[in-house]
Amino acid sequence: MSTTLKAPKLKTSAMIASFADPGQKTASAPFGHALVKAAEADPRIVGLTADLGKYTDMHIFAKAFPERFFQMGMAEQLLFGAAAGMAETGLVPFASTYSVFAARRAYDFLCLDIAEPNLNVNIVGGLPGLTTGYGPSHQATEDMAIFRGMPNLTIVDPCDSVDIEQAVPQLAASEGPTYLRLLRGNVPTVLDEYDYTFELGKAKVLRGGNDVVFVSSGLMTMRALQAAEALAAHNVDVAVVHAPTIKPFDAETVLAEVNTDRLAVTLENHSVVGGLFETVASAVVTAGLGKRVVPVALPDEFLDAGALPTLHEKYGLSVQRIVAKVLAELG
Amino acid sequence: MERIDRVSAAAHRIRHHALNMGEVQGQGYVGQALGAADILATVYSDQLRFRADDPAWEGRDRFLLSTGHYAIGHYAALAEAGIVPVEELESYGSDDSRLPMSGMSTYTPGMEISGGSLGHGLAIAVGMALGLRQQGSTARVFNFLSDGELDEGSTWEAAMGAHHHQLGMLTAMVDINALQADGKTDTVLRTEPVTEKWEAFGWYTQRVDGNDVGALLAAFDNAAAQAAAVGRPSVILCDTKVGRGVPLLEEREKAHFMRIEEHEWQLCREQLSAGFNGKAER
Repeated sequence: MSTTLKAPKLKTSAMIASFADPGQKTASAPFGHALVKAAEADPRIVGLTADLGKYTDMHIFAKAFPERFFQMGMAEQLLFGAAAGMAETGLVPFASTYSVFAARRAYDFLCLDIAEPNLNVNIVGGLPGLTTGYGPSHQATEDMAIFRGMPNLTIVDPCDSVDIEQAVPQLAASEGPTYLRLLRGNVPTVLDEYDYTFELGKAKVLRGGNDVVFVSSGLMTMRALQAAEALAAHNVDVAVVHAPTIKPFDAETVLAEVNTDRLAVTLENHSVVGGLFETVASAVVTAGLGKRVVPVALPDEFLDAGALPTLHEKYGLSVQRIVAKVLAELG
Repeated sequence: MERIDRVSAAAHRIRHHALNMGEVQGQGYVGQALGAADILATVYSDQLRFRADDPAWEGRDRFLLSTGHYAIGHYAALAEAGIVPVEELESYGSDDSRLPMSGMSTYTPGMEISGGSLGHGLAIAVGMALGLRQQGSTARVFNFLSDGELDEGSTWEAAMGAHHHQLGMLTAMVDINALQADGKTDTVLRTEPVTEKWEAFGWYTQRVDGNDVGALLAAFDNAAAQAAAVGRPSVILCDTKVGRGVPLLEEREKAHFMRIEEHEWQLCREQLSAGFNGKAER
């Protein structure tokens, strides 16, 4: 009888699992600190949450500006209705909860109270896509699909702490409503290594490459950059285009990169239905391009519970799975 | 008595406007407008601070109509208040009109929110009250809701929020006509005991005959005094009669969306005037 050494099973751990690699440079609560900084410059900014201040980094703001912070309780319809009412009086609210509750539970309130009158309310959604192992109740795998159909709403899927720090003041300054797919806690700092600044509504080429072009958003830009490095070892030269604003989408920049002989791959921390892939695909078709695009995205399924590294590997978001997929495509 | 007469006369004109608008469409939420006319008249001709020539004046009190389908009554009140020209009322529900069938803030001066998806108004009112207070304003916020809206969980989220944040400047009025789209309220989803519910949610609660102008004035006065003194939100529960003031419609089998025949509109107006003049002569 042979004995096999079994690897210890990974634990699901806390609701908000870190997706930072061991030893990776991170910034603590970048959203909370950026909001405080923006609020110091703009007295119209207020913060609201629905019993998730500590879990959306809103507690940093609450501590700095207690008189400008409003706890609305675990009542998301009230959270967003009240945010609309505050905006009607001239304030600029940032209202935070988890993405699942904003998108699924309070949609009607976001749609009619905020988006239709085009109010400057900034919706901050924690746990976007697959950033928790707590299963479908907490995994907002279809939030962009839900929100893309809402007129007037700007959708931002930031990669890292740099994106978040630079995005917050721009979200406050932009007139209509915005939705930020929040990364919280110790958030990786990645884009400081590149010649990059966040510009609302713009996609940016982070690196050039002759064989493959990645178009990515959110934390998958971090994985795209890592995969590009790994593919270089296989003599595959990969370009990476980061498109943190999903709507309105910078089709011009993205299509200029996609419309080449290179293999085009989209990478997103979201269902393959209704997110970045379909945004790029519709831009490609609208422009009349006969270009194939390969998606790296979550499947159209309710996902498992478990440890985040296990789930990212299983559903294809890990660097290893991205590299394998590209090599298979290139034959 | 002068105050009651003034508000009653305003309510009478609001009812006339509503009938005229209803005739444009040939049908509609006329019954609700007639039932709520006394509440709307009390608010617009006695309680609300506003500037008719500057509906967006920063210091105004806010009146939020969360029952979008009551817009017909609200437009009549806005005309009575001088915010919308009376002659514009005949465009109600027509193409390119500023007065759509369901009230929307983007269309109509003096319309603070887009209601219609029920259960939104009170949540927005909570935010407006918080925002105004945060900026040092003394303006008050009034939210008109219906008993049907008490079905919506969001109404109760907002009721808790208003109490938690001690929003004394917030006054809600609930039009209890005991009727909703599918029938009588107690057969659709039983909301009674309504008074006890609001009391349990921490609100200063009064229940009045919503077609008695004297009782409404007293209740609104109490609300202003009580709420400001103790920082509690105030609710006035108004029992009203659908079609009030027009016996032909009061006696009709109650319908959420009332159909009135072409020849009946003039009869309705005559009954309304006869009733009002008869009362005035007494």
